[in-house]
Amino acid sequence: MPDNFEETGKDRKNQLQNGTTLVQRYVIQDVIGVGGMGSVYRARDLHFPNVVKLVAVKEMINRAPDPLVRATIVKNFEREANILATLNHPSIPRIYDYFTEDNRSYLVLEFIHGKDLETIISQNDGFLSEEQAVTWGIELCDVLSFLHNHKPEPIIFRDMKPSNVIINQENHIILVDFGIAKPFQSGQKGTMIGTEGYSPPEQYRGEANHSADIYALGATLHHLLTRRDPRLEPPFSYNERPIRKINPAVSLELEAVINVALQYNPPDRFETIATMKEALMAAARKTGLLGRINQSTGNIQTSSLKPLWTFQCEDEIRSSPLYYEGGIYVGSCDNNIYSLKAADGEFAWKYATDGSIVTRPAVYDGNIFIGSEDHRLHVINARSGKINWTYYSEGRIRSSPRISEGHVFFGSDDKALHAVNVLTGRASWKFDAASPVRSTPYVLNETIYIGSESGEFYAIDFRGNLKWRFKAKLAITSSPVVQDGMVFFGSLDGSFYALEARGGWVIWRFRMGKGSIVSPCFADNLIFTGAADGLIYAIEARTSKEIWHFQADHQISGSPVIFKDSIYCGAADGQLYCLEYRTGRLRWKFETQGPITSAPVIFDDIVYVGSSDHIIYALLA
Amino acid sequence: MKSFFKNLGRQKKIPTEIGLDQNITTTPLSGLQIQAEISKYIHYEPSQLVVGCGQSVGKQRDHNEDSLFTFTITLGNGINSQPFGLYIIADGMGGHQYGEVASNVAIRTVASYLIRKFHPIIADASVTLDEPLQEIMQNAVKEAQHAVMKAAPGSGTTLTAVLILGQQMTIAHIGDSRAYSVQPDGRVSILTRDHSLVRRLEELGQITSDEAAIHPQRNVLYRALGQGEFLEADIFTAPVPQPGYLFLCSDGLWGVVSDAEIFRHISEAKNIQSACQNLVAAANAAGGPDNISVVLVQLLS
Repeated sequence: MPDNFEETGKDRKNQLQNGTTLVQRYVIQDVIGVGGMGSVYRARDLHFPNVVKLVAVKEMINRAPDPLVRATIVKNFEREANILATLNHPSIPRIYDYFTEDNRSYLVLEFIHGKDLETIISQNDGFLSEEQAVTWGIELCDVLSFLHNHKPEPIIFRDMKPSNVIINQENHIILVDFGIAKPFQSGQKGTMIGTEGYSPPEQYRGEANHSADIYALGATLHHLLTRRDPRLEPPFSYNERPIRKINPAVSLELEAVINVALQYNPPDRFETIATMKEALMAAARKTGLLGRINQSTGNIQTSSLKPLWTFQCEDEIRSSPLYYEGGIYVGSCDNNIYSLKAADGEFAWKYATDGSIVTRPAVYDGNIFIGSEDHRLHVINARSGKINWTYYSEGRIRSSPRISEGHVFFGSDDKALHAVNVLTGRASWKFDAASPVRSTPYVLNETIYIGSESGEFYAIDFRGNLKWRFKAKLAITSSPVVQDGMVFFGSLDGSFYALEARGGWVIWRFRMGKGSIVSPCFADNLIFTGAADGLIYAIEARTSKEIWHFQADHQISGSPVIFKDSIYCGAADGQLYCLEYRTGRLRWKFETQGPITSAPVIFDDIVYVGSSDHIIYALLA
Repeated sequence: MKSFFKNLGRQKKIPTEIGLDQNITTTPLSGLQIQAEISKYIHYEPSQLVVGCGQSVGKQRDHNEDSLFTFTITLGNGINSQPFGLYIIADGMGGHQYGEVASNVAIRTVASYLIRKFHPIIADASVTLDEPLQEIMQNAVKEAQHAVMKAAPGSGTTLTAVLILGQQMTIAHIGDSRAYSVQPDGRVSILTRDHSLVRRLEELGQITSDEAAIHPQRNVLYRALGQGEFLEADIFTAPVPQPGYLFLCSDGLWGVVSDAEIFRHISEAKNIQSACQNLVAAANAAGGPDNISVVLVQLLS
């Protein structure tokens, strides 16, 4: 097919107007596609006056300046059109006619009622089923096999991609757009490459044989099953996006077949398209026998995990524990803060406040600082459990204290951020946040970062003056973290935000499925969070790209913690999940009898976590 | 060292003038090096950006298809002042009549889109901007894509645009122009990733970097502005190098000037502008096979 028709891009001026009649026979009705060399139109064939016979008219604009070159291009076009016209296969549209008018050549083809695969992918929210992908994959093998075995010369399709496959009304595949693939031309910068994303490496060198079609079919199936458009990814990066990592519902067998097709070196791929078809059919048979078992829940430890010790409080534990000098300090809704020996869970002391404790304790100079719903911040000697001093706010305290530079900072339902001197217990200042503050402050570079229930986010200096503010659409209960000059937090509005720490500029916004109260954590340029959509997310901090997500059985209500190469996070289903933090792969999960709403603390390879089932658990990390 | 510079400060010498004297040839550190050292200990209020740039058609091309744009201000609202900078380099594609049109349309579209976006803030410091910077950059690139396809159909251009706000820079990048972080200790690290075939082959271990440097298809891009329907720029945010420099250049520079030379020219120059001129001269001295564009930025804070 013609390679030398110049690209016109989306130049609307060059398109034929609706109603234009070509060679006194084809009335243009509409543009149905725009290709690299011209447009594709739907037209009515006037040779059938009594019925409406629709055809597809493919236009190629010849822009070669030299008349001799132009003539050669047209000659080549006609030669190839003749070959295509002889092809008789149910998956290839019939070619009825071709002609050239001025600098435009036209191919008249069977009009297919249907949708192309690219449209199907973009119109579906979920993944296509494996059965559907395999069925279409086998049909594509059949038609490619037909082309590859064409005599006297094999025909290489060279442009296999979702937009060139139409699914007709009978759910069968039709291969369209023959010969569009431009062979790769080396030389000047800017020579773009045939079908970016789907083509194999050798095609970038101008070599394309049947193995190129095998690769591109693999790429097409990869796109179908993962919804990841390869044109948006670097070339030849499929092995960086394993299918089952993106869509765990795909069987190992099918993934293996596609991986072979996508091998970098042609000899490592299937030898022929027929062998690929055999492999696809074998995979379908195998998975058909096995049923559709979700492989991701295979051999994962669940019940074998036994706590090292447990300790039962009298009411729910919503507070995150603190580890300090061999002790675990945790508050409970039974109004007490408990001190336990970290080694065996032995009770040391408890201190009763007059309200539920839902905050995480902080420690400074041998004293435990804890906020309670009795409106007070209590400061207790860590060893004896005796009260040192208390500080009254005017509302319930649900924000955990943060200690820095001789001050303890915390929010309260009295709509203020409090800065209290750690030695005297006197307020240095209060910052009016206009709505309850339940997020825990983060302090860095003489700046306090805090969210509020009305969705305001504040950066405040050490004198209590506002540096900048930001407004989310709904509450920011999530506690911020600051890393590399960026502030990260989630909101009930379903967004996760990254702001510039000095000026509050929104650098990026990541949309989660639902709102979040989860406090994020950071490791290796990845930021981890969870949301009410039941997903734990790993997002690249620089680019806001999702690296992985993990689907838990219920809302993510606890906050994640990183320890060594794992992330630990509790959910409303009572499970504590342990995932590899680089891949999101489940290592183990541990079931408690109530929702986990706090973050675990990990010390010396032991995870301490409290649950709404009243129990604090010590587990081996 | 630290106390030495503190003493300098006490003598109330203006730091940027140290080492500028042409007659002193034995100064152990260049002006830029001294400035970089000093900036570790001196607090600049307000934080500010210092910028230099340079361009040359090169020795072997008859016209210039590169374009560059720089824009620097300090945004102050009485509480907080923030440096704001926009630096763009674009390299139009050779072989097309419209290469220079493409690169120029690209930078003008991106620059005017961004300045339009930030105009309310420039006009009124109390205004805040809700739209995420990365989305703004993405949209600016999209608009440039349409503009290039319209103004110069069939052509293409690289685009590396850096938006500095506060201490962070958000970079939108397509093609093989580059952004580097240059540190005073000699580290020169590339921040962007070339969208070129050879870089991809190199990443895959198919060719070595030496082979890449002489590969016949080393100019072939797999992503460029104005080409192809699907376009995704690399967009990311990183802290502005500090102490050190942000350095942007087209392949006319990095293709012939090594990282070590880039560092040497930056650190030995008497100021940022002459560093840029020297870099351009170095690329020309190495044959000047292509158009050369450079932008050098330093954040003092």
